[in-house]
Amino acid sequence: MNRFTLPAALFVLLVIVLAIGIKHSPDKGIIASPLIGKPAPQFSLPSLTDASRTVSSTSLRGRWYLLNVWGSWCGTCREEHRMLLEARQSGLVPLIGLDWKDDDAQALSWLQQLGNPYEVVAVDREGRTAIDWGVYAAPESFLVNPQGIVVYKCMGELTRQIWEKEILPRLPKQQTAKS
Amino acid sequence: MLPELGHFALILALLLAALQAFFGIAGPMLGRERWIAAVTPAVAGQFVMIATAVGCLVASFVANDFSVMYIAENSNSALPLFYRVTAMWGAHEGSLLLWILLLAAWTVAVTIGAARLPPRFAARVLGVLGVVSFGFLLFTLATSNPFLRLDPAAPDGRDLNPILQDPALAIHPPILYTGYVGFAVAFAFACAAMLEGRLDQMWARWTRPWTTAAWAFLTCGIALGSFWAYYELGWGGFWFWDPVENASFMPWLVGTALVHSLAVTDKRGLFKSWTLLLAILAFSMSMLGTFLVRSGVLVSVHSFAADPSRGIFILAFLIVMIGGALSLYAWRAPLLKSTAGFELGARESFLLFNNVLLVIAAATVFAGTLAPLISDALKLGTVSVGPPYFNPTFMLSMLPLLALLSVGIHSNWKRGRLQDKQRTLLYTLIAAAVLACGLVFGIYSHGRVLTPVGATLALWIVLASLVDPIDRWRRGLSLSRAVIGMTIAHLGLATAVIALTTVQSFTTERDVALAPGASASAGGYEFRFDGVRPVEGPNYDGVGGTIVVTRAGAPVTVLTPEKRQYWVQHQVITQTSIKMHRGNNLLVALGEDLGAGRWSVRIQIRPLVSLIWLAALIMAIGGATAASDRRYRTVRAAEAPALGATAGDGAA
Repeated sequence: MNRFTLPAALFVLLVIVLAIGIKHSPDKGIIASPLIGKPAPQFSLPSLTDASRTVSSTSLRGRWYLLNVWGSWCGTCREEHRMLLEARQSGLVPLIGLDWKDDDAQALSWLQQLGNPYEVVAVDREGRTAIDWGVYAAPESFLVNPQGIVVYKCMGELTRQIWEKEILPRLPKQQTAKS
Repeated sequence: MLPELGHFALILALLLAALQAFFGIAGPMLGRERWIAAVTPAVAGQFVMIATAVGCLVASFVANDFSVMYIAENSNSALPLFYRVTAMWGAHEGSLLLWILLLAAWTVAVTIGAARLPPRFAARVLGVLGVVSFGFLLFTLATSNPFLRLDPAAPDGRDLNPILQDPALAIHPPILYTGYVGFAVAFAFACAAMLEGRLDQMWARWTRPWTTAAWAFLTCGIALGSFWAYYELGWGGFWFWDPVENASFMPWLVGTALVHSLAVTDKRGLFKSWTLLLAILAFSMSMLGTFLVRSGVLVSVHSFAADPSRGIFILAFLIVMIGGALSLYAWRAPLLKSTAGFELGARESFLLFNNVLLVIAAATVFAGTLAPLISDALKLGTVSVGPPYFNPTFMLSMLPLLALLSVGIHSNWKRGRLQDKQRTLLYTLIAAAVLACGLVFGIYSHGRVLTPVGATLALWIVLASLVDPIDRWRRGLSLSRAVIGMTIAHLGLATAVIALTTVQSFTTERDVALAPGASASAGGYEFRFDGVRPVEGPNYDGVGGTIVVTRAGAPVTVLTPEKRQYWVQHQVITQTSIKMHRGNNLLVALGEDLGAGRWSVRIQIRPLVSLIWLAALIMAIGGATAASDRRYRTVRAAEAPALGATAGDGAA
């Protein structure tokens, strides 16, 4: 290989990186978030269902919650939706939605059609809060404890397996015993 | 009816682009004169069709036709007319159409300029541009058609994103894209030269004004974007190393390198293969930026709606265009041999340093931007790279660049002797250092280590740049526009360095909670909060605060930051209030309502921050002046036939 083919060779490498970037399979639950063990990023956003209300990280303090990043444009979010509804049914941990870079009307009709698993949905249209949380691709879910510390992050679809093996064991005993 | 007409015009444009690409590339290859002659009409027809499509879309926006999905998503009947027009490029589909329109306009400009080029070579340039245009038209029609109908029609639109309802942002995309697309011309010239085997320095001469003009537009576009982020978003900064900002900055850095290396290739016939590579890279960076912004692989504050199918399409297009060009390069560049040499200390070597440092800077930005993707590909975990990486690494390559600039402009072509300039250089350096330290310590009496260094380098550039022009002017000698333009651009760079150094070193920032009547002091100013009142705009309402600024008891100004709630999108926007006072930028933003009339207020005092955008404007004016030099527009009659004779042969 001479020096004139080097740019083409580097370009091939770049294409591979970009292709992986696109493919970016959602089974990336293994990748740890730098946020784990750290305080959840602060945010204060309007509520999807009631624009006069705000959803803020301070108002969520003092209890466990699962922040689920979604968008009506996101196909995988549709797939995990049934699991989220079941999670709501179980009543073990409240789900807080973060509607990421979405359109309000579409998000609302999504919730109407598929059911609303969330206690409240914060609207992050510009994606600034998502950046603070290190969100990478929807869906993503963050389990936050009453002290406001992120204890677990699930990248991609929240499956039943993840719910049972990762989320439930992290919740305090008395909370899971309620069911 | 109009949307269908626009859609149809776009399909015709696609067909014409295909013809332009085919005739432009195959015609010269097979020696078909009639095919070559068909290229220019195809360009003209394509431009007319694209302009028709854009016209139809704009007319539909103006007429509030919410049966068009794109318009229903990005406009509203309450939107003022000006923004209804600019909303055309407010989101992915329309901005892509704008990109295509500007490419068509550049291509038409090339056909006019190409009257002086050998017809075969001109046909190849237009053919390559046809391939680019075809790719983008196909992309638009296949994945991002702005003319799709909505059935049933929406009663009203969802409104243009409020952060885009700002004059600076309304004109930002057209100017930025003009710069991006302009590099396509250099790219096409390089590809045409490689296809033809005409790798002498003439292609560099032809390319120079186009590249410099594109560079000037890109400079303006980036500055407008930064200006907008500062004034509209109120982020309290002018540059965030956000992926989208980097996407525009990387082509700028490579383009700057290209402008300089083209000078060497044009004047001395050196760096030929390197210049070719830079011409390919500059446009590749523009296209890569498009990919990063629109494919959703990187999360950015202002990226477009993510859609993987778009990402796959652009990636395929990148492979065809960049991969094709780089393969052509791997095949043709080895034929190039530079016969001329130069000594260390000659102007060539300084321009080589310039190129190397700029490319290193571009590579560090590139690495930082793609780091999240690369670490993901290698399964190293999620990383996020921010200013702590970008600022020092970027500075590392920029400081030597600034120091070498002052010496480089005094060096001679070919000869390395700098002895006769030693005295000038030394005197200007000493004067710059004394002046810089005097200013820094005289005005501010403190500062970081880099403060006097940055100021000295900037002032050295100012003094060193002006020595020769002033000397020539006093001796009554004329200066070419190219030299005047270069000097202006270098002065612009020095201005930018002074502004950045000052802002980085002497910004004061405070977050305070203020009750009505209370005041806070920062940077020698007193800020008194006089409470908030309700405000109402044409499509929003909110609260406005009043903050009275005084300095040593004397009134300075009144700042009125607002917090607006837009009706349609329910989005809250913080409108900062910014005033200039003696070169200081006073910025106040309303934070949170803390109850009982108390508000959190962010106060910032940034000295000389406006100079950053002025500096970019100066650089762009320099570029425009240089690009207008008559030398580029007159290819001497003696040269043209000689070039025609070599057509088709290799560079050897």
